[in-house]
Amino acid sequence: MKTVKVYGPGCKRCDATEAMVKAAAAKIGIEVAVEKITDAKSIAMAGVMSTPGISVDGKLVHAGGLPDATRLEGWLRA
Amino acid sequence: MHADVEMSRQPRPDWIWHIAVIGFVAAWYVIYRQLIPFSEWVTALFPVDRHSHTGDAIAFFFYDVPKVMMLLTLIVFAMGVVRSWFSPEKTRALLSGKREGVGNVLSASLGVVTPFCSCSAVPLFIGFVSAGVPLGVTFSFLIAAPMVNEVALVLLFGLVGWQVAATYLAFGLGIAIVAGFIIGKLRLEGWLQDWVRDIHSGADAPVGVDDERLTMAGRYRLGIAAVREIFGKVWIWIILGIGMGALIHGYVPEDLMVRIMGADAWWSVPVAVAMGIPMYTNAAGVIPIVEALLGKGAALGTVLAFMMSVIALSLPEMVILKQVLTLRLIAVFIGVVAGGILAVGFLFNLIF
Repeated sequence: MKTVKVYGPGCKRCDATEAMVKAAAAKIGIEVAVEKITDAKSIAMAGVMSTPGISVDGKLVHAGGLPDATRLEGWLRA
Repeated sequence: MHADVEMSRQPRPDWIWHIAVIGFVAAWYVIYRQLIPFSEWVTALFPVDRHSHTGDAIAFFFYDVPKVMMLLTLIVFAMGVVRSWFSPEKTRALLSGKREGVGNVLSASLGVVTPFCSCSAVPLFIGFVSAGVPLGVTFSFLIAAPMVNEVALVLLFGLVGWQVAATYLAFGLGIAIVAGFIIGKLRLEGWLQDWVRDIHSGADAPVGVDDERLTMAGRYRLGIAAVREIFGKVWIWIILGIGMGALIHGYVPEDLMVRIMGADAWWSVPVAVAMGIPMYTNAAGVIPIVEALLGKGAALGTVLAFMMSVIALSLPEMVILKQVLTLRLIAVFIGVVAGGILAVGFLFNLIF
């Protein structure tokens, strides 16, 4: 079970990113717990400077804009 | 947006993209040249006299809307591609440890080209400050980013002329540089919210993601995404703004405008700035109105001050910044930026 955090104050792109994470996990068949972090302080403390950002098991893998679907699967598999 | 992501599984080679972009620019140019005949043709379809007020307003509308949309497409695409070289992480690395002065100039310029949306203002602020970018230099960035807005630049260029667009760019950067410099000199680090100050003093500065190399195809795709995003946000404002502008253009009597917003009414500049702060519309809605007001004899400094105030001093942004800045520091921020805008307004009314 992987813990994925999606960082973003709640804009449209942040919701889209969350949906993409869930879709990618379902596609490659792994279980993920997706958590949305919307508080600006926590976003900043995680090192995300432009939203939406994604971390997998505590490691920040992406920041700024929608992720690429192929690379997203790669991060989830790793 | 999802379509982009789907496509990226089988990236097309760069050369196909180059040819597509060249073809697009050529087609763009050919169509752009036809806009005046097009607007005259559309106006002729209406059962009104071409030289009446209504005829004028209709021709104005059908010339300006396609023109602005086309300019926006081209410039926003180009900006999107350029921005792919300037991630916030790179910008931070460039700015960290820079001294004030040079740092403010660099920071303001990077503010124009670094991609970031206003909902990222707080994380970006902390990212900068925690990496050792001085407070004043960080402010130069935060002021320049909204102040020198590419949509505003395009609209000024297309509707009012390149001279005004260039002066807006120069003065927008100038205000960001000077205001950041002043805020830096005031040594207000103590006026940050406590938790931000703690990060500032250094212990556990958060680290961002390393940014990756992109192919040209990837950069072009970012340009297209930028066009889609900006258009989704501003098309309605452009139509409304140009509609308002067309009405003013067709119907408002000139002497009225000269009296209210002309260069002789010295108080018009501060009033314009004060009116601009609570107004939260965007450049796309304001500038067509600016164009029409100018045509009716309003003073350039007054309308520019109004426009800059609307764009750079928005209340929602202050609310976002409240999370990292104390009220006192926000007040200083508003004061310094408003002062700069006032100066620009008076200066322009004096010169032009």
